[in-house]
Amino acid sequence: MLPFLARRLIVAVLVALAVSMVAFGLMFVAGDPAVVLAGQAGRAQDVEMIRHAYGLDRPLPVQFLDWIGRALTGNFGTSLYFNLPVATIIGERLPVTLMLGSAAFLLAMLVSVPLGIAASLKPGGLLDRAALLLAVLGQAIPSFWLGLILIVVFGVWWGLVPISGTESWQGYILPVIVLSYYAMPALMRLTRAGMIEVLGADYIRTARAKGLARLRILMVHALRNAVLPLVSLAAVQFGMMLSGSIVIESVFAINGLGRLAWESLLRSDLPVVQAIILILSLIYVTLTTAADLVNAWLDPRLRSA
Amino acid sequence: MGGIALTLLGLSAPPALAGKADDTLNVAFALEPEALDTYKIAGREGLILARHIYDGLLYKDLDTGEIKPALAKAWRFTDPMTMEFDLREGVIFHNGAKFTADDVVYTLNTVLDPNYGTRFRIAIDWIEKVEKVSEFQVRIKMAKPFAGAVEMLADALPIYPAAYFKEVGSAGMAAKPVGTGPYRLVEMTPGIRYVFERFDGHYTGSPKGKPAIGKIVVRTIPELNTQFAELLAGKLDWSWRIPPDQAARLASRIQIVNGPIMRIAYVGLTVTAKGKDYPTKNLLVRRAINHAVNREAIVKAFAGGASQVLNAACNPKQFGCAQDVATYAYDPAKAKALLSEAGFANGVDIEMVFAAMPRPVAEAVASDLAKVGIRVTLNEQQYAAGVQKWRAGELPAFFTNWGSYGTGDVAFIISNFFGGGADDLVQDKEVIDLVTAADTAQDRGLRQENYAKALKKIADQAYWLPMYDFNINYGLSTALNFKPHPDEFARWWLSSWK
Repeated sequence: MLPFLARRLIVAVLVALAVSMVAFGLMFVAGDPAVVLAGQAGRAQDVEMIRHAYGLDRPLPVQFLDWIGRALTGNFGTSLYFNLPVATIIGERLPVTLMLGSAAFLLAMLVSVPLGIAASLKPGGLLDRAALLLAVLGQAIPSFWLGLILIVVFGVWWGLVPISGTESWQGYILPVIVLSYYAMPALMRLTRAGMIEVLGADYIRTARAKGLARLRILMVHALRNAVLPLVSLAAVQFGMMLSGSIVIESVFAINGLGRLAWESLLRSDLPVVQAIILILSLIYVTLTTAADLVNAWLDPRLRSA
Repeated sequence: MGGIALTLLGLSAPPALAGKADDTLNVAFALEPEALDTYKIAGREGLILARHIYDGLLYKDLDTGEIKPALAKAWRFTDPMTMEFDLREGVIFHNGAKFTADDVVYTLNTVLDPNYGTRFRIAIDWIEKVEKVSEFQVRIKMAKPFAGAVEMLADALPIYPAAYFKEVGSAGMAAKPVGTGPYRLVEMTPGIRYVFERFDGHYTGSPKGKPAIGKIVVRTIPELNTQFAELLAGKLDWSWRIPPDQAARLASRIQIVNGPIMRIAYVGLTVTAKGKDYPTKNLLVRRAINHAVNREAIVKAFAGGASQVLNAACNPKQFGCAQDVATYAYDPAKAKALLSEAGFANGVDIEMVFAAMPRPVAEAVASDLAKVGIRVTLNEQQYAAGVQKWRAGELPAFFTNWGSYGTGDVAFIISNFFGGGADDLVQDKEVIDLVTAADTAQDRGLRQENYAKALKKIADQAYWLPMYDFNINYGLSTALNFKPHPDEFARWWLSSWK
């Protein structure tokens, strides 16, 4: 297990660096960052001055190596937009993202997995059809629309929760619901499909024939095998929630990493974009590695694969 | 979508009176404000916040157009290239430091240094150096004659506390800004949330006056529909840039105030580009373009509010924006005739990039042009990409807008586009000379005369298709008194509760 883990971690770092390198190059393809920084009122001479002042006139490989060198010591540089250390800016937004993403992931799992299991017990039954309707609605309703409707009903009409921002914990309620709702259909469908498949397998029939309790068959014998693909999907979904749904963060004025990444891209705030891409790609790789490890634990056959 | 949300919002209870009860002005911006070191920022949001924290040597009362003393109680030109300032005594910074000549000298000389990275050189490149005459007297030596000098000193060049600035530098000022302004920043999550408190030590006699409102909380709410919900729920007192159609729907529920601003929309037409022979090089084609676009209809349909069609290449609210210039009425038949005369009887193809303009407006312009045979390839780009192509001479037409730094003087618009610099793809020697003469003269009459001549030639030669000036809709709580100003600087120190 240890060599497997070490190999995966090295790959994780290499992937993150490769992604950062590509992102770094793409930023220059999208337009001259100096012109973006100069803003709409910036004259050509302002642009030149900015290019020099921020070191954007150095060759690209030099700029990248400079950044990598500093990043390895934990120094991500200074945000061109906020004129503050990138670590400070990200340090303010990362907890919000972790809180929002984790809560939404937890809620999505708590609802979709039991619902998927329940639906699989009687395919075509009332509960199954209700669950599928929920899944279809979840896929069909755009999250920004759902967000706004919830804001109007619970924030404006009834005044039960804050409309935007996360100054209090109540501010998380609506965005967590919307973000998790978006992730539920796939998780629920995969649980249901996996359970239906497994419940028809020979070893489940054997378990039933042995007279094992129904709940034990379901939770121990069936679920353990049915969740293997779910673990992989859940890791990706969790990653998506952490990288932040830009739409949800915009609707609820939540200042997480997703929106920071998007806005930093638009304003060509290179040091921030680079740091976020590095962090997010590390998160993704870590999560998929964790999913592999969980699967290997759940299914010993995978360990030797 | 916004419509559905607004309709639902319309069913809600009447809005509460937001922050009047706790004397807190709740403000929302859609864009994140930049670092609050004024010299390094370009965005209006950050600059607005900065003007509440800092003061300049002078102050412009936009209601009267009068330049008033601020940190300087008096000033004079001792010769055409030297200004002297008598500084106000008894002024203190938010950190308790006393304001003296050292603060002016250190601040301005520091930001003059090219290594400092001052964002807009136009704001400071007219200064050669600043000298201390006595503890409360300074002298500014000018690097070149610059008619906009006084305008720039009026709040655009704030004075920082020398000792603190020396110690913490630009990043420190951004992290914890300290000024002499009417409000002090007491809490900040950069880009997200800013809390200001009225500065009780603000100097007596400030042209900004003593603010009526005790506390300001500024938040970033990117989604306009969410802002509307906050406004209607009574949790927001001030928001801006509300689109005309949404403003009309909200008007019955909250206070909507409309005001014109200095920003104008225009289409730049390339006359001179290395190696390129665009149809816009031809005067008759340029005139045809000017006659082909139904600007009245476009303004009515898309801009609304106080916007009006422009003829001169500037905003009529600006000093020197002469209106006695050639006008091009909407006349498609004449446009067609001009095209034929230019040798394009079968029409002509041009590419037009638009940036920072709504797509429907650009499409309306292209559609009008197509009607007379000017087939436009329309491309939307980010402003940075568009302006790069323009400066490289790779575009015959560039449709965008310009805000003149919110400054009411044509020096801040036509000098950029017709003064011979990188943005000038006309390079008309006569216009360049006129603009330069006007820019460097101190005599207002002479400036006005030369700008007028330049603007007349620009219109005669149809170098631009001036479109319209912009207006802003502010969404306000019904309890708030707020007066908009055309320079896009919100002055909350002038606001009060009803």
